[in-house]
Amino acid sequence: MIEIDAISKRYDGVPVVDNVSMVIEPRTVTVVVGTSGSGKTTLIRMINRLVEASEGAIRLDGEDNRSIPGYELRRRIGYAIQGHGLFPHRTVAQNIATVPGLLGWKKARIDAKVEELLTLFQLEPKTFGPRYPHELSGGQQQRVGVARALAAEPNVLLMDEPFGALDPIIRAKAQEDLLAIQKHFGTTIVLVTHDMNEAFHLADKIAVMDKGGVVQYGPPAELVRSPATPFVETLIGDAERPFRLLSIAKTGAAAEPGDADGAPISEDRSQQEALADLIWSGRDALPVISKNGVPMGRVTLDAILKRAARPR
Amino acid sequence: MCQHGPGAQASGFFIGGESLIGRDGLRVRFDKLGIVIALLAAYGALWSSFATLKPNRIVQGKAGSMLDSLPAWAGWALIGVLVVAIAAALFRASPWIKLIAAVAALAALTLSIGYAATFLTPAGNTYARVSPASGFWILLFAFALLAADAITRLDPPPGMRVLFLLLAAVAIGALLMSGSWNGLSIMKEYSGRADVFWVEAGKHVELALGSLFAAVLVGLPLGILCHRVAPLRDGVLNTLNLVQTIPSIALFGVLIAPLGWIATNVPGAAAIGIRGIGVAPAFVALFLYSLLPVVANTVVGLAGVPRAANDAARGIGMTGRQRLFKIEFPLALPVILTAIRIVLVQNIGMATIAALIGGGGFGVFVFQGIGQTAMDLVLLGAVPTVVLAFASAVVLDALIEMNSLVPNGARSA
Repeated sequence: MIEIDAISKRYDGVPVVDNVSMVIEPRTVTVVVGTSGSGKTTLIRMINRLVEASEGAIRLDGEDNRSIPGYELRRRIGYAIQGHGLFPHRTVAQNIATVPGLLGWKKARIDAKVEELLTLFQLEPKTFGPRYPHELSGGQQQRVGVARALAAEPNVLLMDEPFGALDPIIRAKAQEDLLAIQKHFGTTIVLVTHDMNEAFHLADKIAVMDKGGVVQYGPPAELVRSPATPFVETLIGDAERPFRLLSIAKTGAAAEPGDADGAPISEDRSQQEALADLIWSGRDALPVISKNGVPMGRVTLDAILKRAARPR
Repeated sequence: MCQHGPGAQASGFFIGGESLIGRDGLRVRFDKLGIVIALLAAYGALWSSFATLKPNRIVQGKAGSMLDSLPAWAGWALIGVLVVAIAAALFRASPWIKLIAAVAALAALTLSIGYAATFLTPAGNTYARVSPASGFWILLFAFALLAADAITRLDPPPGMRVLFLLLAAVAIGALLMSGSWNGLSIMKEYSGRADVFWVEAGKHVELALGSLFAAVLVGLPLGILCHRVAPLRDGVLNTLNLVQTIPSIALFGVLIAPLGWIATNVPGAAAIGIRGIGVAPAFVALFLYSLLPVVANTVVGLAGVPRAANDAARGIGMTGRQRLFKIEFPLALPVILTAIRIVLVQNIGMATIAALIGGGGFGVFVFQGIGQTAMDLVLLGAVPTVVLAFASAVVLDALIEMNSLVPNGARSA
């Protein structure tokens, strides 16, 4: 659990982050969104003390983050940034082994960890371990960057626009991978982005920042249903509202008993995908199946549209 | 007219060749640099003199061609070797063939000039001097160029280049030891000063390497400081730039007063060799000149470290020192080594001037030679300086290449 308690950061008296308080639950993905200069990067950099707070405190599992030296704190918190920040003179394996090396792990343990992470990120250890970062594609570099951040098995992973430099297809894949990794390790992830689609796709909770303050902090659905300020409304976008609601709900939740013709849809696809399928195939209803392929009834166009409508 | 055969793409240096004979795949093509080398060599061989005979060491002599300077058989043999080597340069051929031709030509030239000295000197005459004339130097340059081009095209790994250098050093050493050059005027100048020569050589190397070492010792931390403390950067670099613009002789003059003062007023200073003239001001001047390249390249090298890598290093928990030694320094090392190469070559050349203020070194012979209008004595100082600078450049280039651990393109990644 990360408790951010009335934290502020001022440069020459000008507040960049202004009196922010929020609690980040363990094993969740929290996405911090906002425009450039809203203070979102500064906020997460205060968690691992790359930026020292002017006022307030941050506690990790109840322990003040200033109770140990900054570099020791940062070794316990994963950190991944846009453009990966890999060390160009070190191989992929050496890059990933950096933090375990700093922590003084035994060589055998480090090697095992590197191999485990490379395998987990679908990079063949024998092929990719000895390569240098510039010999990898952008997507591979980004995966190595995240693998390096996770090497010392941190409870918390901070990510600053980690997918910003990737093309849309690789970005979507990277987001799926991140969610899978988060389930696998149970890591608490705090991710900064300005891409609202990414935020809605990844977040358990979204914190919207504007002019140094958090204007709304809650589950994605809450942001759509009851935006706290006009800024949040603008950020979500008028034309996007119904689709955002559908994008964060699973098809299974809209399933009802009954039959339908044609190709079925899996219960874990989003309702937005169900709607797209309904429109594209010109049907009124789709058969729904569970992840194991067991029929679960159907989902109708009406039901989906009702769910996309403004809540009353 | 200009046809590009399959071989035309093989080397990046040669854009194309001209076809001479177009018979069933047998094509002879001119090598463009080879044409220049051939013209140069032809000029050196045909229109310039090979060796000069002087009645004594300071008067003007009489220059003669190869056939004048050598017995007929040796003269024609030399011409034969040169013609073959010129042909190898002129036409496209494997770099190995060109290298062997160049080495053969260089060997023939150096042996012939030694032989010419013995041949031209009248028996029993100890005053007469024989020295290489312009044609010899032109030919030497032409075939050295051919050898250098061939080696560049072979693209040997760094270790191999140092090996080539060692082989050349052994060959030159053997030539000097064999005594076949003993008739040459430069060797006669040497034989009278053999002891002094090695003492001055030692001083020369000491001055050049010592001031380099001191400059690295001071320049590296200063460069790191300038990188970390931005307001310091401009001031330090501008000051060092200013020092660089002071002519060396002026700098020696400027240093005489303060060093003289230190020698008389600081106890023990004179005992360790600090004086207004001599080694101390030369050392300080070389040191000051060396600082700018070292500091500037350290700053540039450190600034070239990718920002993201630095940020990530901090973000994953490296301390300031770990970041410096594990990330910034290794990434800046090739640029810093380049500075050291520049400084070493520059210092070896500039240490010659130290002789002006009694600092010793090869410059002693240069200035003595100028004073006595004995050009051979000037050469005794100049040739070793050039050889030393060239050798250290080759060695340091090899070192730089070995130290850029990452293959090309790493910086852009």
